[in-house]
Amino acid sequence: MGKTFTKPKSLSDQITHYCPGCTHGVIHRLVAEVIDELDISGRTVGIAPVGCAVLAYNYFTFDFQEAAHGRAPAMATGIKRVRPDLMVFTYQGDGDLASIGMGEIIHAANRGEKFTTIFVNNAIYGMTGGQMAPTSMPNQRTTTSPFGRDVDDVGMPIKVAELIAALQTPAYIVRQAVLKPKHIVKAKKVIKRAFQYQMEARCFSLVELISTCPTNWGLTPVDAVKWAEDNMLPYYPLGEYKTPEAA
Amino acid sequence: MPYQYSIDEERCKGCALCVTVCPKDVLEIATDVSPKGYFPAYQARPEDCIFCATCCRMCPDVAITITESVENITD
Amino acid sequence: MAKVLMKGNEAIGEAAIRAGCLNYFAYPITPQSEVAEYLARRMKEVDGVFLQGESEVAVSYMIFGASAAGARVFTTSSSPGISLMSEGISYIAGAQCPAVFVNIMRGGPGLGGILPSQADYLQATKGGGHGDFRLLVMAPASVQEAVTMVMQAFPLAEKYRNPVMILGDGLIGQMMEPVEFSDDLKTDASDKDSWATNGMDHRGSSQRNLVKSLFLDPEALNQHNLTLKAKYDQMKQEEVRFDTYNIDTDYQVLIVSYGTMSRVCRTAIDNMKKEGVEVGMVRPQTLFPFPEEQVLAAAEKKSCKAVASIEMSMGQMIEDIQRSVQGKRPVHWYGKCGGDVPTPEEVTEFVHTLL
Repeated sequence: MGKTFTKPKSLSDQITHYCPGCTHGVIHRLVAEVIDELDISGRTVGIAPVGCAVLAYNYFTFDFQEAAHGRAPAMATGIKRVRPDLMVFTYQGDGDLASIGMGEIIHAANRGEKFTTIFVNNAIYGMTGGQMAPTSMPNQRTTTSPFGRDVDDVGMPIKVAELIAALQTPAYIVRQAVLKPKHIVKAKKVIKRAFQYQMEARCFSLVELISTCPTNWGLTPVDAVKWAEDNMLPYYPLGEYKTPEAA
Repeated sequence: MPYQYSIDEERCKGCALCVTVCPKDVLEIATDVSPKGYFPAYQARPEDCIFCATCCRMCPDVAITITESVENITD
Repeated sequence: MAKVLMKGNEAIGEAAIRAGCLNYFAYPITPQSEVAEYLARRMKEVDGVFLQGESEVAVSYMIFGASAAGARVFTTSSSPGISLMSEGISYIAGAQCPAVFVNIMRGGPGLGGILPSQADYLQATKGGGHGDFRLLVMAPASVQEAVTMVMQAFPLAEKYRNPVMILGDGLIGQMMEPVEFSDDLKTDASDKDSWATNGMDHRGSSQRNLVKSLFLDPEALNQHNLTLKAKYDQMKQEEVRFDTYNIDTDYQVLIVSYGTMSRVCRTAIDNMKKEGVEVGMVRPQTLFPFPEEQVLAAAEKKSCKAVASIEMSMGQMIEDIQRSVQGKRPVHWYGKCGGDVPTPEEVTEFVHTLL
């Protein structure tokens, strides 16, 4: 690892609209670095979600499509089926992937569609102002769970990596985090591996990344990292849940 | 110094994540507000910087850049 | 060229392939599942793409993604499925992508019935989804016409960079009629490099393409909507298609009818002619843009006393007819839902009440 550090070419110059300390920025950069290193930007198509990252397309310099809420895996399926040579990734948050889009992600993963999903899990709905997500923690206060998530009423948070890994079709399913530098280094490695599997036309890949939402958690960015480490990591263990080799 | 370190005040949102991850306690949050209305990070003790780029990797806004100094650049 | 006896649904599938569309995503729903069943085999033969999606919602986005990446693509469904696709259709129109949708109408609303209907006219012609957009809607009255319209739909969708809908009904889908697939209707796909996300390398460009429908800035969204409106205005100028029957007589009543229903009306018109009663018909072939001028001109004939909208619905096209006729003649509705297609005798009996 060289000591120099500059913005990757696949990331645009535009200053993001994300809140201070929002880890979307980190993840965007990692994806851009990987695409640069694999030299695939000329045949990459990203698919932006509905959520805070709805404007993700402004921050990348390669082809992009904007999906309806939750539908990115279906759009990715359409693209990969007609142009298998394009490198396609969806970039989705909790609401997009684990709520409205649950059907689409499960079926795309089950069919083994050969695209990559970057799943940003920050246990809340950011863009719409902090409502509860399927991934919100027990007792977590959100605008639609003002007394804390009542698991007797609405169930336990969904563990997406485990859920998708339970499907029988070979895939690369992994959960990492972007909370601290050590996580970020690992996160980049798994993102790269996911894209490499796609370059081999090997399998579907999903990289779940435990992230923060300082604004809607009501915490400073630094405190948000701590909250995520203390509350999310024990419930959402990091690691590799499935690899195509282990099928 | 063979490396050039800079924090772009236009990009920095003062989240302070870099401050907490610096292994050499180089960074601090400024007390003067930036043109963007944030209190940006800056190198309080630049001489201690080892150019590990941990702050760069933590920064969500790609505000921190490390390049080779002019005299080291060959082209 | 040899004619082949084919089931409507299968002919529609074959027509797409002959039109150079080798990409089909769909979900089964009665009465059009045979399209998917036919193409599941046929697409393999032509090395095309066939995928049964998990729902119509998902399918509409597979269509969007594939179209945005520059491919000719189509899907078929039926009324409830088309409702599910409405969001996707709106996105496709907003993002200015070409795509072809075929609605083999069945009874509604809700789960309705599985027999033919014409009850999605308003859904198709008044947008087909949220926001300011229109679908170019064509309505075949025979299996052959369905083939022709499907083959024409792809270049039309590309000309306007807009979704095009073929509005058929269960009869069109299920019946078997002789068809031919004319090479004259085969077209090459348009050049999409100026807007499609088909990869910068593919285009030999360092400029990326972005396909989106979001315009947060009010002025930008207004401009965008004006751009879309210009397309629909152009459709109104250039794409009106219609047919007439017995229009060169001194008819007393003008029937306006489309699709399968128009064929029943033809028989009724023939029968009434034998009785000495002249009835004319304008058969819209495009429902949007609607043949307003032609309907008005036909209604204003001196001999014409009344206009009748004959549809397998509770009266949907009648609103466009009333609008076209501008109060110059009374406009009446006759229709039946449920799937029992009105007979020529029932149509005749109704027309007699207008004489």
